Amino acid sequence: MKKKHNLLHSEGTSSFFSAIMAIAVGLLFGLVILLISNYKYAFPALITIIKGGFTDGTTGMGQVLYMATPMILTGLSVGFAFKTGLFNIGASGQFTSGAFVAVYIGIKWTFLPPSIHWIVALLGAILAGALWGMVPGILKALANVNEVIASIMMNYIGIYLVNMLIVKTIYDPLKNQTLPIAKSAVIPRGGLDKMFGVNNMNIGIFIAIVVVVIIYIILNKTTFGYELKACGLSPDASKYAGINDKRNIILSMVIAGALAGLGGGLLYLSGSGKYMQVLDILAPEGFNGISVALLGMSNPIGILFAGLFIAHIKVGGYNIQLFNYSTEIIDIIIAVIIYCGAFALMFKNLIYKLTRRNKMEKEEER
Amino acid sequence: MENVIEMNHITKEFGDFKALDDVTFKVRKGEVHALLGENGAGKSTLMSVLFGLYQAEKGEIKINGNVVKINNPNDANALNIGMVHQHFKLVHNFTVLESIVLGRETTKNGFLKMDGARKKIMDLSNRYNLKIDPDAYIADITVGMQQRVEILKMLYSDNNMLIFDEPTAVLTPQEIEELMKIMKHLVSEGKSIIFISHKLNEIKEVADRCSVLRKGKYIGTVDVATTTKEEMSEMMVGRKVNFHLEKKEIEPGDTVLEVKNLTMKSKLSKKDVVNNVSFKARKGEILCVAGIDGNGQSELVYGITGLMPIHSGQIILNGEDITKKSIRKRSIAGMSHVPEDRHKHGLILDYNLQQNAVLQTYFEPRFQNHGFIKFGAVRKYAQKLIGQYDIRSGHGEDSIVRDMSGGNQQKVIVARELDRNPEIVVAVQPTRGLDVGATEYIHKQLIAQRDAGKAVLLVSLELDEVMDVSDRIVVMYEGEIVADLNPNEITVQELGLYMAGSKRSVNNEKEA
Repeated sequence: MKKKHNLLHSEGTSSFFSAIMAIAVGLLFGLVILLISNYKYAFPALITIIKGGFTDGTTGMGQVLYMATPMILTGLSVGFAFKTGLFNIGASGQFTSGAFVAVYIGIKWTFLPPSIHWIVALLGAILAGALWGMVPGILKALANVNEVIASIMMNYIGIYLVNMLIVKTIYDPLKNQTLPIAKSAVIPRGGLDKMFGVNNMNIGIFIAIVVVVIIYIILNKTTFGYELKACGLSPDASKYAGINDKRNIILSMVIAGALAGLGGGLLYLSGSGKYMQVLDILAPEGFNGISVALLGMSNPIGILFAGLFIAHIKVGGYNIQLFNYSTEIIDIIIAVIIYCGAFALMFKNLIYKLTRRNKMEKEEER
Repeated sequence: MENVIEMNHITKEFGDFKALDDVTFKVRKGEVHALLGENGAGKSTLMSVLFGLYQAEKGEIKINGNVVKINNPNDANALNIGMVHQHFKLVHNFTVLESIVLGRETTKNGFLKMDGARKKIMDLSNRYNLKIDPDAYIADITVGMQQRVEILKMLYSDNNMLIFDEPTAVLTPQEIEELMKIMKHLVSEGKSIIFISHKLNEIKEVADRCSVLRKGKYIGTVDVATTTKEEMSEMMVGRKVNFHLEKKEIEPGDTVLEVKNLTMKSKLSKKDVVNNVSFKARKGEILCVAGIDGNGQSELVYGITGLMPIHSGQIILNGEDITKKSIRKRSIAGMSHVPEDRHKHGLILDYNLQQNAVLQTYFEPRFQNHGFIKFGAVRKYAQKLIGQYDIRSGHGEDSIVRDMSGGNQQKVIVARELDRNPEIVVAVQPTRGLDVGATEYIHKQLIAQRDAGKAVLLVSLELDEVMDVSDRIVVMYEGEIVADLNPNEITVQELGLYMAGSKRSVNNEKEA
């Protein structure tokens, strides 16, 4: 009896329940939209969405894992910065700059031994992302420039600079995109492509999971994580405790940028058919990262599952085209989920109150 | 005598917690009725129920014999109940006159018509001897006058049941005396006053009867004239309290902390908030910085501990110049700091007790190994502090500090800061908002530090604390040190004069 209460009251469980509630509300809203646009197929379509990646057996699941990988990393990027009290809205720019450097190395640095080519390309992506995150970090730490503004600006600088550099260096004018990367720069598939029947599938998802674990350890087991979270929870008390907040702000943004950059590298080093397009659009993966981080409550493990879930219903979104619905409905559903996720605290308190009322009623009965 | 206020069997719950448990409270016409209790005893909650800020789950309120329902402060006002809050609720860029009529403005064709209001206010002011300047801005007048403005506000709306929530906390002794006179005058005119306090001297002086609350329960009502302070405090705390701190005589030793010609500028006004301050704190000595709030004490401490940059001067700790050292380096060099604002600086409220217990020491080898926290060691250390300092909380070392009571939060800070074995303890208002028991405990701990040959720099606004605990007092007024006193040789009244700036014994040029 007592154990059950502890379970209900524990932080993780109530976070989980509030996320589930947010998802339920989002799906309900999606159903309304489906009903409005074409009521005939609304229910089968909703079921397709919920089934998501499970519709096409292993192929669908492979697709989910492949799509989830960059989102998990941008989600970690946003979530990690958030734990330090920073809102990294610049995951998009960090993602793009990481992707560009990875692709550039993948195309040009063919002098590298094939066995380490893709690793160097990924490291390049990490460095580029880190650099892109460092700029707002330094501005925030030294001049107290709001990191939201600075990182939004870095998004635009990132996208236009990368477009320019692509055109100057690794451009395929016929297709308005980057040249194909060398075979040795493609991330090893580890047989996953055959196992799931998805061409692009590679070990990226494992890299993402390893990074999730590393970030979890940094945040929860190290003095560095203790300092970062302290800065996030109470900048004044951290200062009082002699924690170097400026250093931590910069480091936190560097790590956040590195994570997003790695996400960019992982996506664009998957080979077959994945090219960087020269478009004036901010990488949506960066903003998906915000959704993932919010849904995962900035907890690394939560972000892992949130990334998988969002990829899952996105795959479902592609599948509802069968019923002549547009895939954008999924974006609406995700948006509603995020809105509700923002109310997560409210849901959390609601659950807390409900469980407590139950407990009190039981006590009164006794 | 008739009861103007009757609160019968009031119960108020916040979740699981019973803030008030079947409390009955009756106030007669024309009396000062003190409401006594420790922090968290439910005094403020009871008054909030009376004032309509909270609704009680059970019980009834009778005003002048009629059962009433008070849903919000407007209802309370309509019943002629007024309240002076602990923290005044005044608009700083309004004049005194504007502040008093706020909410009850007299208008003509939509335009303000203040003449009548001004006359009424001046009449009231003269009648009760509340010296105010109706055209002064709130921001420019003293705290004492702000309080008189609050009182006038109640009188202006014809309130005859007046609640004073810890009104003396922010006043100098002279202002307190004046307030007592005003209160006596008010009751002689037939008003009834509820006086919330935990200062027994003041209750003894001004109150007719006294009701005591303890942990949300009603303990009893006594006639103040026939009850001793000791008896009242026993009712309040539930056990005997030692008013006199045991302190053995110690000859102060070498200088630990020396502050030389410290000057600090305010961020906003470029005014010298700390002006050429010099003093020495020695081993085995509790040096107290006394003064009315806002005379530069907070900034002085920020300068010493490194939280705020200084303009000029020197800070020397055990012969080492730490003027330019970081907060961390000062801390390692042996400076402990019990900060003024425990929520802002002292604790990370969303961290648990263990994490807060190592806030200043988590980087030491005993708590980490290659950057990995030794969770076992941290837990053991927190358990040790909990046992040693009697820190009480719901889930022991796993309690989130935000959920703990103020007194226990303060104990966490004091435990952490004293257990580091510091050379000097800089403690700013370490007992603010704490009840008698916790205050007594923290005073004992500070004295123990002194007895162990450490230096203690105590900044306090509480005169009793200043007089009882310290070995030497320096008084700050408008950023300067105006007196260097021995507590055994002066009276509270004299100290008050120094604090109010009407007397000084130290020239700025001379080293204090």
